[in-house]
Amino acid sequence: MSLRSPLARVRGLGSAREGSSHWWAQRLTSLALVPLVLWFVFSVAMMAGADYVEFIDWVHSPVVAGLLVLLISVGLLHSNQGMQVVIEDYIHGEFCKVVALFLSQSVHIVLGLTGVLSVLMILFRG
Amino acid sequence: MTRGNRPLSPHLQVYRPQLTSSLSILFRIMGVATSVGSLVLIWWLVAAASGAEYFEIVQSFLGSWFGRLMLFGWTLALVYHLCNGVRHLYWDAGKGMDLPSVHASGKAVVVVSILLTLGLWVLAYSVGGA
Repeated sequence: MSLRSPLARVRGLGSAREGSSHWWAQRLTSLALVPLVLWFVFSVAMMAGADYVEFIDWVHSPVVAGLLVLLISVGLLHSNQGMQVVIEDYIHGEFCKVVALFLSQSVHIVLGLTGVLSVLMILFRG
Repeated sequence: MTRGNRPLSPHLQVYRPQLTSSLSILFRIMGVATSVGSLVLIWWLVAAASGAEYFEIVQSFLGSWFGRLMLFGWTLALVYHLCNGVRHLYWDAGKGMDLPSVHASGKAVVVVSILLTLGLWVLAYSVGGA
């Protein structure tokens, strides 16, 4: 039983706190991903049957490596925010929800770092 | 906060699936599928970074008919999520919210995402994709 008024309880919670920046970030990353994803789908089809030398030659250009780094970082940022909303919508127990959010965010960070470092390794190793 | 035994409003299962609701949940499912699919991209890059031997093993899977089918499905999910995402951006601008426009844009999203995915694969194969 709380003596605080309903207004005091919600103040600083929910969308009044950071909902709009989350919303904006999702829209801005989605805009950036439109050209990146179209380029990427084409590239996946190009590289589906490539051998090692062809694949390395492809990544080994500043433009392609740069676009890959952008795609990985912006894409995983967008994915992280999207998965966060999905988890918040469907997992109701507070403990399970917090654990799921933590795991999701951790996996996104690890995947992002692994992907970006792989691209840079290929780019700089020559 | 106790909610007691208040009556609940009718939920999803009482409604007949419609174009609007189906595309809406498909948008979310394809978003999650695309997120899971990003594992493949990272795996691919890690394989390429770790050397020819391991890359060839990964590539013999991704380059097989099953691998290519999986890649195609992934890109289709990605492009659908992209097209419906653009539809959402249009709505966010406050446009196209009336029912006829929503149905028209919904059908357009389905057609455009299939054509766009097929088109990008055909283009890639025709300019030298193996």
